[in-house]
Amino acid sequence: MVFELSRPGRRAWSLPEADVDGPSLEELLPEAHRRAQPPNLPELSELDLVRHYTRLSQRNWAIDVGAYPLGSCTMKYNPKLSEEAASLPGMRDLHPFEDDDLVQGALELLGTLELALCEATGMARMTFQPAAGAQGELTGLLIMRAYHDAAGDPRRRVIIPDSAHGTNPASVTLAGFEAHETPSDERGLVDLGALREALADDVAGLMLTNPNTLGLFERDIAEIATSVHDAGGLLYYDGANFNSIVGLVRPGDMGFDIVHLNLHKTFATPHGGGGPGSGPLGVVERLEPFLPSPVLEWDEGAERWSWDHDRPRSIGRIHSFHGNFGINLRAYCYLRSLGPAGLRQVAERAVLNANYLRALIEEAFPTAYPGPCMHEFVSSAARLKRLGVRATDVCKRLIDFGFHPPTIYFPLVVEEALMVEPTETESKETLDSLAAALNQIADEAEGDPELLRSAPITTPVRRPDEARAARQLRVRWTPADPDGGS
Amino acid sequence: MTNLPGDRRYTRAHEWAMESDGRILVGITDYAQDQLGDVVYVGLPEVGTMVTAGEPLGEVESTKSVADVYSPVTGTVLEKNSEAEQAPEVINSDPYGRGWLVAVDASGSALEELMGADEYQQWLEQEVDS
Ligand SMILES: Cc1ncc(COP(=O)(O)O)c(C=O)c1O
Repeated sequence: MVFELSRPGRRAWSLPEADVDGPSLEELLPEAHRRAQPPNLPELSELDLVRHYTRLSQRNWAIDVGAYPLGSCTMKYNPKLSEEAASLPGMRDLHPFEDDDLVQGALELLGTLELALCEATGMARMTFQPAAGAQGELTGLLIMRAYHDAAGDPRRRVIIPDSAHGTNPASVTLAGFEAHETPSDERGLVDLGALREALADDVAGLMLTNPNTLGLFERDIAEIATSVHDAGGLLYYDGANFNSIVGLVRPGDMGFDIVHLNLHKTFATPHGGGGPGSGPLGVVERLEPFLPSPVLEWDEGAERWSWDHDRPRSIGRIHSFHGNFGINLRAYCYLRSLGPAGLRQVAERAVLNANYLRALIEEAFPTAYPGPCMHEFVSSAARLKRLGVRATDVCKRLIDFGFHPPTIYFPLVVEEALMVEPTETESKETLDSLAAALNQIADEAEGDPELLRSAPITTPVRRPDEARAARQLRVRWTPADPDGGS
Repeated sequence: MTNLPGDRRYTRAHEWAMESDGRILVGITDYAQDQLGDVVYVGLPEVGTMVTAGEPLGEVESTKSVADVYSPVTGTVLEKNSEAEQAPEVINSDPYGRGWLVAVDASGSALEELMGADEYQQWLEQEVDS
């Protein structure tokens, strides 16, 4: 902890004496807002500080260090070209309160990105306010609610498949709906019969990701869309798995009415330490009036971009300013460097890589649903249970081989699930060594299960006690010796 | 093999229900706690809440996932197990005893409609195989 390195009086900076007279603190701030004592901040030299954070960064796993096949997260390489563009002073130093006339270039960039993403998804308009996929979901569901309410037909339930990501039911609840779970059939796809039964006149819509979280394409999507629309509902596309179809199929053409994209997945922007992300939300024409305000408009006559705040039916703001501009800028760079043909290759190679890896480990870790997958697949480690080895042990051991583990225990419909998404940016050599590691781990489970249960053995921290951490959550550091600190 | 006491009834969603002093005690089965892994949080309804058979009554969260607990019976919650709320690990260590979740009034519940231990055992074998 940086606090433990603190020594009283040590500083990473020194400022010259001020040579101008300014107003005093007393004049600037009323007493109620003034501190009686300085804050308890760590006191370090610049070198201590640099070493501390460099050391922490070296202990961190990152896509720039090695493969990261974390299913459902699309941990692809984030090109440095996008980083370079984002750090151009003209972009980096923009202030969101800048007058529209002074930032026409930035607005054009957003306008062009909107056009490109609408083209890729088959939507009419898009908002860049949502800061992540989950916030896009909430935005889309609030729009769904506003739409039904405006039609004088308020509806109560939203249907989600049993393989859905946890954010789906959470967003449904947060938007004031009730989540209704619909089962998967023996193919791992939405059970059309059960769905049709659940579709009543109180259903606001269906949330679906296609391909689904099992990495399988929902082949009945046309029938699903017709059934939902016939029941008066809307179809929501969770774009978390868009990487497998980008440039090949458009959600709009499949019948979806609302689409979110996770730019930090498909469009190669950083997932960076939990944020910032970007989850732009697109809608078909009839839902346009409900989009968050303001909306970016191009005035043909004046040849000028501006923000339209006059949106009486809008659901309102859901993020300050216009979302995370720097992230949207990176996605724009990614789009422009790849172009339409490049984007198609992204999807094709993501699917090829996943199927190649799946075939290499199929014997040791059979997939829950046989047959080819899309950009990811869900294997099961259930066969190792008789040896006292769980999916989590397999993953911990994989860390010793220099790979980030896949997602585990999700989707919930697969026992001892290992959800693997290699992405298109990994080479054949990397996929071969990842498969070799997993196959060796399956052998180790037979010969020396204890090795897996005690893994990882190569990391600075071995196995954190997740259960205790969750039961006794303490996120604030306090000094070990109560007399030592303050 | 999973532990299945014969003194209570079971549901397909892996809850148990048992009559005790004129009340129905409800909990999750040994199989359910084993599937969930270390339970870290349990959300239970307040005393006086109406619960309906087959509808969610509360939720159990583990380091792996969150699962709804479906009520095996219809009735009013008379008591909730505050020990399980404060120390959810009792659901793992003693799912049929100290890890009970709620007590529901007995009126209107038809425990005999639920599965007995043998029938639940068969259901488990069938579900695990499929
Ligand atoms: C299928 C699915 N839906 C939604 C989300 C939520 O997206 P975000 O993490 O950007 O909020 C995820 C994230 O992993 C996901 O995998």
